[in-house]
Amino acid sequence: MTRHRLAGWGFALPFTVLFLVFLAGPVLASLAMSFTDIRSADVRDPLAVTPIGLGNYARLFEDEQFLQAAGNTILVVLVGLPLTVALGLAVALGLNSGVVRFRGLFRVGYYLPVVTSIVAIAVVWRFLLQPESGLVNGLLGLIGVDGPNWLNNTSTALPAVIAMIVWRGLGFQMVIFLAGLQAIPQELYEAARIDGAGRWAQFRHVTLPALRPTLVFVTVIGSIGLLQVFEEPFVMTRGGPLASTLTVAQSVYSQFSFGNYGYASAMSYLLFIAIVLLSILWFRLLRSEEAR
Amino acid sequence: MSRQRPRDRAAATVLHVVLAAGLLVMIAPFVWMLLSSFKGDGELRQTPPTWLPADPSLANYRELFDRLDFPRYFANSALVAILVTAGNLLICSATGYALAKLRFAGRRALFLLVLGNLMVPPAATFVPQFVLVSNLGLVNTYAGLILPNIALAVNVFLMRQFILSIPDDLLESARVDGAGEWRVYWQIVLPLCGPALATVGILTFLGSWNSFLWPLVVATTEDKYTLPVALALYSVGQNQTRYGLLLAGAVTIILPILIIFALLQRHFVQGIATTGLKS
Repeated sequence: MTRHRLAGWGFALPFTVLFLVFLAGPVLASLAMSFTDIRSADVRDPLAVTPIGLGNYARLFEDEQFLQAAGNTILVVLVGLPLTVALGLAVALGLNSGVVRFRGLFRVGYYLPVVTSIVAIAVVWRFLLQPESGLVNGLLGLIGVDGPNWLNNTSTALPAVIAMIVWRGLGFQMVIFLAGLQAIPQELYEAARIDGAGRWAQFRHVTLPALRPTLVFVTVIGSIGLLQVFEEPFVMTRGGPLASTLTVAQSVYSQFSFGNYGYASAMSYLLFIAIVLLSILWFRLLRSEEAR
Repeated sequence: MSRQRPRDRAAATVLHVVLAAGLLVMIAPFVWMLLSSFKGDGELRQTPPTWLPADPSLANYRELFDRLDFPRYFANSALVAILVTAGNLLICSATGYALAKLRFAGRRALFLLVLGNLMVPPAATFVPQFVLVSNLGLVNTYAGLILPNIALAVNVFLMRQFILSIPDDLLESARVDGAGEWRVYWQIVLPLCGPALATVGILTFLGSWNSFLWPLVVATTEDKYTLPVALALYSVGQNQTRYGLLLAGAVTIILPILIIFALLQRHFVQGIATTGLKS
């Protein structure tokens, strides 16, 4: 067993060291930083930093720009998550129904946006959403609709960004749901049919309960991703117009680039706490439905 | 049953039409991007927009690669992605092996640490990571771009789950034959890990190639920019009205990934599905 013990740490040491230095250390350090007024100039002289207790956190709740960013981010999750999950599930059910030809082609096509760089595809969408020369308004024009200036209007900018996020994300959900659907034993459906269950009843009483673990997984992963939305508004709107598409991750980045490291750390800790709480909430909610 | 057949066939047709319409929405932006990257800025401002370039030219690409420094950004992205991937394959498979097959004090604690890390978001760690990297003198270096991502917890988790399924007898008989742990890992475990290594390799390369926030923070001068950083800063900076140029830049980032995806799509999809199910 001593041989094992030595060998075990021998294999695990490179990861452990890198992990402690580059991740665990910084995560703990940022908690400490969030209770101080540390700025970029203080990085090489940590003793010059003054602890200010919960000052940064108190300031967050009076910072109107941050509150708007938090509201926008919550909206992205509340609207974007159900749409992505529902559309991903719908496509997966369609592809899994056993009547669809060219399944491989469909699967690859729907999955395509997932593998592409968000920055690059956000650049493309910015052009697609141009008021005059954009493809979206060009197509709307064909059916006689005069499309708005999507990204320059406070009431359409966030919906347009969310639409792009849903477009890019639904393929990921589809793949996970397909794997979940294929794991459901066919005997369950046969038994349900013998009991006289129609298509809807089969979906309601066989498919949905069997997909519950998959649903928990895509909901948790989906909300972790959506709470961190950064690239899309950075490229498409720079958070505008009038902060209508500003997100929490963008606020962290802009406070960071102003050199306000303590304040930025407080924001990112709040984001971290939100992610943990939301994940726990999803687990509880979706599990308790199972018990019902 | 035969009474229902026409209805079923109609339903199947409707399903195909709906799925095909959705597929068009998914693919059209890529087709338009590729076609438009051969257009001039004048044509890109036309109303209504065009699909096929009226006067196709490589001018946008020539400008990216001759006048601007895109070969450099491309090389930076490739170098970082390759080293990050190689590091993860080696370090995370070794750690996965230790966690799955070796008994040592602290193993449980290490595994819990790995699990706990799966929920820590990059947006919440980049500020302190930057402070660390800057104290190490690694801002604006390749080491600064690579090191924080060279051993990702999610990959340790994936490798551990896969290696658990390798039978102990196999490893034990090699040990009886006098093989040391290193040889067991290198000559028996790794060769059996093909599918897991493919998944980890593809997902890590993809993540690194597409990553934006960390390179944006660490690369402070143009010679260290990766492709996404360069494109994003061009698109909000003085080149923001150079439509053709930006679209050609987007193609430069997306096309290599699409080619890899086309060749390895089975691994992509299976990898992601197993990641999902096993978690």
